[in-house]
Amino acid sequence: MTVQSRRQFLASAAGLVIGVALPLKGRAQSGAAAALGDGTLAEGAFAPNAFIRIAPDNTVTVLSKHIEFGQGPYTGLATLVAEELDADWSQIRAEAAPADDELYANLAFGLQGTGGSTAMANSWMQMRQAGAAARAMLVSAAAEEWGVDRATIQVEKGVVSDGTSSATFGELAEAAAGQSVPVEPAVKNPSEFTLIGTDRPKVDSRAKSDGTAQFTMDVYRDGMETVVVRRPSVIGATVASFDDSAAREVPGVVAVHRIPQGVAVYATSTAAALKGRAALEVEWDMSEAETRSSQEIFADFREMANGEAMEAERIGDAASAIDSAEIVHEAEFLFPFLAHAPMEPLDAVLEVRGGKAEIWMGAQFPTADKGAVTQVLGLEPENVTMNVMLAGGSFGRRAQPTAHIGVEVASIAKARGGDGAWKLVWTREDDLTGAYYRPITLHRMRGGIDADGNITGWENRVVNQSIVAGTPFDQGGLDRTSVEGAIEMPYDLPNLAVDWVKADLPVAPLWWRSVGHTHTAYATEVFLDELLEKAGKDPVQGRLDLLKDEAGRDRAVLERVAEMAGWDGTKVKGDRAYGVALHESFQTYVAEIVEVSDAGGYPKVHKVWAAVDCGVAINPNVIRAQIEGGIGYGLGTILHNALVLGEGGEVQQKNFDTYRMLRIHEMPQVEVAIIDSGADPTGVGEPGTPPIGPAVANAWRALTGQSPRELPFAQAGV
Amino acid sequence: MTTLTVNGEEVALDLPDDTPLLWALRDEMRLTGTKFGCGIAQCGACTVMVDGMPRRSCVTPVGTLEGASVETIEGLDGAEAEAVQSAWVQIDVPQCGWCQSGQVMSAVGLLRMNRAPSDEDIDNAMAGNICRCATYVRIRQAIHDAADTLEG
Ligand code: FES
Ligand code: FES
Repeated sequence: MTVQSRRQFLASAAGLVIGVALPLKGRAQSGAAAALGDGTLAEGAFAPNAFIRIAPDNTVTVLSKHIEFGQGPYTGLATLVAEELDADWSQIRAEAAPADDELYANLAFGLQGTGGSTAMANSWMQMRQAGAAARAMLVSAAAEEWGVDRATIQVEKGVVSDGTSSATFGELAEAAAGQSVPVEPAVKNPSEFTLIGTDRPKVDSRAKSDGTAQFTMDVYRDGMETVVVRRPSVIGATVASFDDSAAREVPGVVAVHRIPQGVAVYATSTAAALKGRAALEVEWDMSEAETRSSQEIFADFREMANGEAMEAERIGDAASAIDSAEIVHEAEFLFPFLAHAPMEPLDAVLEVRGGKAEIWMGAQFPTADKGAVTQVLGLEPENVTMNVMLAGGSFGRRAQPTAHIGVEVASIAKARGGDGAWKLVWTREDDLTGAYYRPITLHRMRGGIDADGNITGWENRVVNQSIVAGTPFDQGGLDRTSVEGAIEMPYDLPNLAVDWVKADLPVAPLWWRSVGHTHTAYATEVFLDELLEKAGKDPVQGRLDLLKDEAGRDRAVLERVAEMAGWDGTKVKGDRAYGVALHESFQTYVAEIVEVSDAGGYPKVHKVWAAVDCGVAINPNVIRAQIEGGIGYGLGTILHNALVLGEGGEVQQKNFDTYRMLRIHEMPQVEVAIIDSGADPTGVGEPGTPPIGPAVANAWRALTGQSPRELPFAQAGV
Repeated sequence: MTTLTVNGEEVALDLPDDTPLLWALRDEMRLTGTKFGCGIAQCGACTVMVDGMPRRSCVTPVGTLEGASVETIEGLDGAEAEAVQSAWVQIDVPQCGWCQSGQVMSAVGLLRMNRAPSDEDIDNAMAGNICRCATYVRIRQAIHDAADTLEG
């Protein structure tokens, strides 16, 4: 262990703040040092550039660089710190870190942000080193105080002792603040883990069960106005003209302004703002709008699928192999636009006072939203503060490279002018009709089978928008998020051609829980299942036989799930049918088997078995919860959800009465097995979602002979 | 002016009669545990008790509440509430948490009427509460656990 000479632990009345050397090529490390200065922070000031705060009351607060909206990073990051710190779980707290790309970058992105199921993977060593550094300094402090050798000191469950003396972290906090910070503190060997790998309660369950958890919408500021915006119901339309005379008559409405996003109604309460908005008369300019219906878009996509495409993957000569095959099978899958529909609609609070601004927001890319506010209001960056709030779900919706919510709330402040405080509230109607959808997508597939039942060729042509185009994630050329999961499949196919046709639509696209895998898993795992059926093969054994040698982790989850479900090759037993799907996403491997019956022409899913390999299982409790939730999210979607553009492009689904969410009576039992693994941990927020759709479709086909080609099931006339 | 009781305290609301109770609770009384999810009685995030029965506050005009007794998550108490909330924490039901006040209110409403609900009873009582995070497996389990505690 090397020790940095510079003193980086900060003493203050309230305890100890630990900044840690980040394993990021020195840049962030120097950033941390710069932000921490010489360790002379003002009393009571907590450096916002640290991961751990130990207070004299013996609480350890972990500052989470990842936003918490249900996937459990607060608990996960806190676990990593607590493990290396040898803290007692009951003394651990977690809260949001502020917005700072230098200190709180997602090491997978290079800027602060949450997404792509990366929270645990990119924090794995960083948070452990943060904890280990803190522990080392507490030990040094104790050694100094007691005049003993560091080597004689033990730390267990938040107590530091040498057999004679003992002290809590809180008691040592101030003395520890004077110790040198280790640069590369040694972390534990996995065999020494006591917290990692065990079920632990989440840090936020109590506050989320008694109504005290604070979300953006719960923020109230003095003199705050609530603002709702009238938006078009045809995507891309803009305001041509409006009449606000009736709106201004509504008691409580204080102003109406046109902003780039629509017409903003400012009021002293939410109820008044909504009433005012309803009273607006707006004429829309359709010149830039998407006025095609979803069916017209699909028709255009079919045409485009015949034209120019970009190569995504090539093995051998798929076209000739299929043309000369014994059996040729073809299918076209249509996937609708989808809204994320996080339970807390989008919102933000902005207060501007004397050239300074403060933002409260469930910001998934907090520096982007902070930057947007800074820019729109023309402020100095150091005068803008971002408070990252708990968010009521995201599923990708709040991961906004365009920072459109930051821009919108700042535009609201700017249009009203001067100092004040504003809360922007999106209604469910705004949410569902406001674009940023999972792109509408077509897969056109062809497969060939030889006389011995071997799959000899596989073609897949994907038509959809690019999600990353124009974002900092854009690398030009092929957008992998359009085809991920359709390429680099774990199966050994001798001839394969996957192509992508890029479509341009004026409908903002966005990553939606598992991104490209939302459609590729369905298309590939249903099509493969159909090919195996035509070849007379068992869905489980057929897949196992096809897996590449290096696909050991895929094999393990598939074998495990087959064992859990007692798979014996019988696809239909009485009124129940069984279907399987296997899909890796974000380097987490998931296989699912479902049990389905026919409930009046519609699938009823009774049970789901899921086997997951996400590397080291940091907290099995959270992993199971994410797989359960991911399954429910995916199931509701394939059964019910499409955001359909009707005639003239009008969005047809405006609230939960028509955009139907999965409800409790539709939720299957879920049994999750987690593969014992020593591999570095990978994410679990998304990977449970992709396999559920194809598994249900495969079971449904076994039961009824129908294989839905246009999702959701409801759309396919199921 | 509407006079009603909220969490045991008398409140006089000087609001238009058609103001939804949800916004009166949140904006006027700062009882922010009651959440907004849809505004059209589809999701249950805004569930409160009105005279002892679970009600969607987003479609309940304050003008209809003269003399009524409203109970929100902040004022929730009693054996059923305690059993439900402990069970919720015990098995970590919440994910994002946004729907959970409403889920807890509906679950307490169920157990106050039926101390030993079957799965079907749970489906019937809870089907109006959407959880976008799909925590339904644990909601069901926690209700059974809470019922066991109450039977205890
Ligand atoms: S907000 Fe009241 S039911 Fe959804
Ligand atoms: S916990 Fe997120 S909506 Fe229920």
